[in-house]
Amino acid sequence: MDIGSAFLAAITLIINFDPQFLGIIALSLQVTLLAVLLAALLGMPLGALLALKRFPGRSLVIVVINTLMGLPPVVAGLLIFLLLSRSGPLGNLGLLFTPTAMVIAQTLLVLPIVIALTRQIIETLWSEYQEHLMSLGQTGIKAIPTLLWDGRFSLTTALLAGFGRASAEVGAVLIVGGNIAGYTRMMTTAIALETSKGDLPLALGLGIVLIGLTLCINAAIYAASRLGANQAG
Amino acid sequence: MTMPDHASILPLMVEGISFAAQGKALLADVSFTLQCGGITAVIGPNGAGKSLLLRICHGLLPPGEGRLRWATPEGLVEGRKRHAMVFQRPVMLRRSSRANISHALVAAHWPRDDRAARADAALDRFGLQELAERPARLLSGGEQQRLAIARAWALAPDVIFLDEPCSQLDPGATRQIEAMLSELERDGVTLLMATHDLPQALRLAKNLLFLHRGHLLENRPAQAFFAAPETAEGRAFIAGELLW
Repeated sequence: MDIGSAFLAAITLIINFDPQFLGIIALSLQVTLLAVLLAALLGMPLGALLALKRFPGRSLVIVVINTLMGLPPVVAGLLIFLLLSRSGPLGNLGLLFTPTAMVIAQTLLVLPIVIALTRQIIETLWSEYQEHLMSLGQTGIKAIPTLLWDGRFSLTTALLAGFGRASAEVGAVLIVGGNIAGYTRMMTTAIALETSKGDLPLALGLGIVLIGLTLCINAAIYAASRLGANQAG
Repeated sequence: MTMPDHASILPLMVEGISFAAQGKALLADVSFTLQCGGITAVIGPNGAGKSLLLRICHGLLPPGEGRLRWATPEGLVEGRKRHAMVFQRPVMLRRSSRANISHALVAAHWPRDDRAARADAALDRFGLQELAERPARLLSGGEQQRLAIARAWALAPDVIFLDEPCSQLDPGATRQIEAMLSELERDGVTLLMATHDLPQALRLAKNLLFLHRGHLLENRPAQAFFAAPETAEGRAFIAGELLW
């Protein structure tokens, strides 16, 4: 077993357009991107709100959310598992061991990152914009659209961090998805499975593809946001 | 001089404004009336309370004591705030120059179908059309301040408060800003401007408020003040002997 044969396995998998392999990649991307999208839609307004609103217990909320950035994926998976299992409160939805459950679990993982980083970014921006926006009557919640838009280039970094966490984790999707071939098998769960079965070239091949994809997505978003940031000053 | 098409929010009556922070009185019982038209300079040494007074007049901070009385309730006309502010360091949004003006118009509930025309009018009015698509934050300091003034003008204010608008600019940019302020004055916009630049106050101002350690010591026509200050502090300030 060496790196060369792993690369060979990876290239063979890619060249052959193996439908099962492509299905795993497609599902991985779908689940992770959807989770990041949901976390962005929920987390950015919440993060901005946390940056602008002063309320009792705010510091506690900030500390809890910062802590949740390090929430172990298996624990997130376990929580969603308990929620969705047949005897759980949402058991009758029948979502356990479906891609939807995996999206929910990964959203839970990404959300604290998006909220925490958004809060920092918006707080910094607010201290810069505060007087101008107050002068225009944009205070409190009314300032959020302006601040999110003007923080857009920094916020992409927050989303990339979230994407990184979701695409790299295995514990949560394994627990709530079940790693069912052709249905809930993602790249990370497939790597874990192939490794335990002893098919190291395939596992490494998948790993190389995963890293390559992550690299491409990061590079594309980074380039786009750098370009935009340079143009917007 | 164009007459405003609405009831003026002036005169502004400032009645017994005080403001303290951490037990220190920063403004003490300041009263004056800002009449319609002309440039009024607020002068005084550092820490006299010039910026603070402007912020309170503009409504960014509530006065500790005393009150402001505009001629219309809260300085609003038809639901729109008719006073604007230009800061020492212009706050430029991360957008183009034109978008900076459009943003202000949206925030001020300017009628939707007139926003684009109004933004263009503001750029044209001050010869900023060639900067329209440039990112505002990449403009020079002088260009940013000109844009900030155009942005304030776009909101059709009766009054513009200016907090040391030229203090970070070179002489050339300062001349351009002063020319803009004179044009605004001719347009009938009333300006209340903090400055520590005495020659500038002499060049531009019709009236003068002299603040010292939070107290309004002189409120007089500018020429009269510079000819003969009534207070010892005023004389010391003009002589350059009063630094704070």
